[in-house]
Amino acid sequence: MTLPNAAITDEVVAEHGLTQDEYQVVLRILGREPNLTELGIFSVMWSEHCSYKSSKRWLKTLPTDGPNVIQGPGENAGVIDIGEGLAAVFKIESHNHPSFIEPYQGAATGVGGILRDVFTMGARPIANLNALRFGDPDHPKTRHLISGVVGGIGGYGNCVGVPTVAGEVNFHPAYNGNILVNAMTVGLAQADRIFYSAAAGPGNSVVYVGAKTGRDGIHGATMASKEFDEDSEEKRPTVQVGDPFTEKLLLEACLELMERDCIVAIQDMGAAGLTSSSVEMADKGGLGIELDLDRVPVREEGMTAYEIMLSESQERMLMIIRPESADEARAVFEKWDLDFAVIGSVTETGHIVLKKDGVVQCDIPVEPLVGEAPEYDRPHTPTAPQPMIAAADVAAPKASLGEVLALLMSCPDMASRRWIWEQYDHLVMGDTMIRPGADSGVVRIRDTDRGLAVTVDCTPRYCLADPKTGGAQAVVETWRNITATGATPLAATNNLNFGNPEKPVIMGQIVGCVTGMGDACRALDYPIVSGNVSLYNETEGTAILPTPVIGGVGVIENVNKLATPALKAAGETLVVLGQPADRKDGWLGCSLYLREVEGREEGAPPPIDLAAERRTGDLVRALIAEGAVSACHDVSDGGLLVAVAEMALASKTFGADVTAPEGAVAHAWAFGEDQGRYVVTTSDPAGLIARAESAGVPAATVGTVADGGRLTLNGMPLISGEELSRRHEAWLPKYMAAES
Amino acid sequence: MKSAIIVFPGSNRDRDMVMALRQASGSDPAMIWHKETEIPDVDLIVVPGGFSYGDYLRAGAMGALSPAMRTVKERSDKGVPVLGVCNGFQILTEAGMLPGALMRNSGLKFVCKTVHLKVETSQSLFTSGYSDGQVISVPVAHNDGNYFADPDTLDRLEDRGQVAFRYVAADGKPGNNPNGSQRDIAGIYNETKTVLGLMPHPENAIEALHGGTDGRGLFDGLVKALH
Repeated sequence: MTLPNAAITDEVVAEHGLTQDEYQVVLRILGREPNLTELGIFSVMWSEHCSYKSSKRWLKTLPTDGPNVIQGPGENAGVIDIGEGLAAVFKIESHNHPSFIEPYQGAATGVGGILRDVFTMGARPIANLNALRFGDPDHPKTRHLISGVVGGIGGYGNCVGVPTVAGEVNFHPAYNGNILVNAMTVGLAQADRIFYSAAAGPGNSVVYVGAKTGRDGIHGATMASKEFDEDSEEKRPTVQVGDPFTEKLLLEACLELMERDCIVAIQDMGAAGLTSSSVEMADKGGLGIELDLDRVPVREEGMTAYEIMLSESQERMLMIIRPESADEARAVFEKWDLDFAVIGSVTETGHIVLKKDGVVQCDIPVEPLVGEAPEYDRPHTPTAPQPMIAAADVAAPKASLGEVLALLMSCPDMASRRWIWEQYDHLVMGDTMIRPGADSGVVRIRDTDRGLAVTVDCTPRYCLADPKTGGAQAVVETWRNITATGATPLAATNNLNFGNPEKPVIMGQIVGCVTGMGDACRALDYPIVSGNVSLYNETEGTAILPTPVIGGVGVIENVNKLATPALKAAGETLVVLGQPADRKDGWLGCSLYLREVEGREEGAPPPIDLAAERRTGDLVRALIAEGAVSACHDVSDGGLLVAVAEMALASKTFGADVTAPEGAVAHAWAFGEDQGRYVVTTSDPAGLIARAESAGVPAATVGTVADGGRLTLNGMPLISGEELSRRHEAWLPKYMAAES
Repeated sequence: MKSAIIVFPGSNRDRDMVMALRQASGSDPAMIWHKETEIPDVDLIVVPGGFSYGDYLRAGAMGALSPAMRTVKERSDKGVPVLGVCNGFQILTEAGMLPGALMRNSGLKFVCKTVHLKVETSQSLFTSGYSDGQVISVPVAHNDGNYFADPDTLDRLEDRGQVAFRYVAADGKPGNNPNGSQRDIAGIYNETKTVLGLMPHPENAIEALHGGTDGRGLFDGLVKALH
């Protein structure tokens, strides 16, 4: 550890993650050499994590506005209008690096951080989601990491009392050294009662509330901006420790105070703690802030200004309040047994000034500290296109199609996640209308008939093969998952997880994925309203798969009209919307089938037709609203037969007699991953198909719902629903119970 | 039926309980902050689910010492019915209002899922909306639901008909205990059957959209019994 009075040598600058060029800018801004506290502040504010210096240029290309958008990126979370005077407030955020080092606390504090981002804006969190990526199941650490991450997410969210209603999990050796833990929270607020972070009113008080500040998490943001090496385990002390009980108190206290007219501005202390919260508030208000660090509630004695400013202790908030409101605000926090301290004031100087022991320890002009943060146009090499793999070039499997179906549905990427989501309280609040395991989770908006459909998705293998298509696919997959419930997708949040952006190949993945994402969002009128970037997910030079996770939010006006994947009645017809009736094969390139059956991770991923996507999705939503379909499920990983089988398993009662067209390449038709498709059930197939035709959407009948759990293809038994369910459910619990 | 819900720091199914009571009784319960000692004159007091005091020390241990719980005990002694759900059950055992204790789930993990319960008897204020031996399905969501008492206490509970609910399979036969509780116990009464503690959440199964309405019987039964 560097001593507080250390000289600012080249080594100290490098230790703080600043390049010499960046340091020269620091010198110019200050007109003098910084002291260590000031250097620390520049270091975290200009870290990749806080400054988005590698990604900003590309993030700017994303559509962020639309008729429903109340607040786009740049605040603690995005805000959209969901009707009836209500707003959904949401964001996704990564806690990848800490979760690898200390999985329980890393994941728990990830949930805590994103919850705070949402309730800071005046919203009560009503749904949590998570997107997780782990390494090879056979890697010695994987089991321990899953156990810790799932325990941490549950331990935090369950205690705070927010239902965890949806999520996704992938496994791949590329994540062996860098797991991904992305947590999303969706909150509900009055559309005209949103709280923002811009400081206002010189002379107003800067108030610190929540837990005390300790020495934990110092330099967490910097850690998240570097590759891992063999010494990363030594970074354990930079992982914060979460206290969900304090978070729950902070949540209730903040919402209680927000009902009164006390708060001018509010910002949570997340990455880079008191530094980024105070700097961001001052910057957004175009003002200065002066803090007396002796008044900060601390957990340990003898903390220096450097440590107080860089601590990432959890469950803390910074507020600007009018001095005359202080007593009223203090009473609320005292009721909840939380610290409340006036630690400074808003000034007109435009500087962030920190005093400790009566001495000025830091004096930095805010505007250049934020405005002159480095922004790079890093060199980027596009990913070379992968060859198209024709279905005819993939030999039929040696095993039966029923066996292949079971193999796919019990492979690590597709096996039931019940073992995980039963550890999450997905029912607290009493408004969970669609539970985990379906296309989207749905929570009702209390005292209304409305519901929010929420989902997180990404298919990293597509992104690796073709970043642009993969980026677009992540967007449309969330859009489809929301659509499949009958809800209208409104907006999204993104979590860009990539390797080292200083490598042109990785930067090429970022550029490709963001470009595809932007194209899809524009085509679907589905803006990105918040997000997070996690780069440097590399260990000893090996990068993760490009993983641009999308979290989507949609609204349904009447939850009584929700569609679910479960088959409802024997004899109904299964129809695929988005697929021509004469389609006799399917897209196997980059598919789960190709990987799991042939052991090949190759080929171009299935293309996306955004105009067709939109037509099909709009039709699906209309059909659900009219009650014209009794079940609906989108087709994704594993293809059509997997989608139908999932619908059968979800019903627990019904099976399906599936018919492929004559002359079909059965394995490609069954397991190809062509995009833009939904399976629906209807008692009026002719009417449905006519309807689809007039909407310009291809449609094909592919079978009928069967009594009992049987699954057949062209009259031949595939596998019993019971056996398929057993294998689908068995993999994860069995894996987790085994000794590593 | 007039009711009150005790709210602790860390309660998180207090609002769920409000919805259930409102739907069943047509009126909103009084919310009583745990630091208060005054509870209005009500027909039913509810100690709700959640993580009072973060489950620190022991689930329910600190909540049991809250000022409001002294009043709850006094009212209970005078015969006012008390319902404790999940963390509320834990608090009632810690407060000595119900025998036994709730230990860590035998699987050592939090468990949230729908379970089946057998209603041991319809002869109580809380279960008059059900029939004897009826199998109902309601969710559980807990980390410490493993009911434990010494064999003598368990025998006494059985003899006096104080076992309210047991975990069973869908067909009503023994099995599917989610937490390893002694004798599959999911909920128990005090000796006068005016206090009920249970781990499952009937308040999360009151509407068709919850995936089932089997929890409704408990609240409807209470409203009828306590009009």
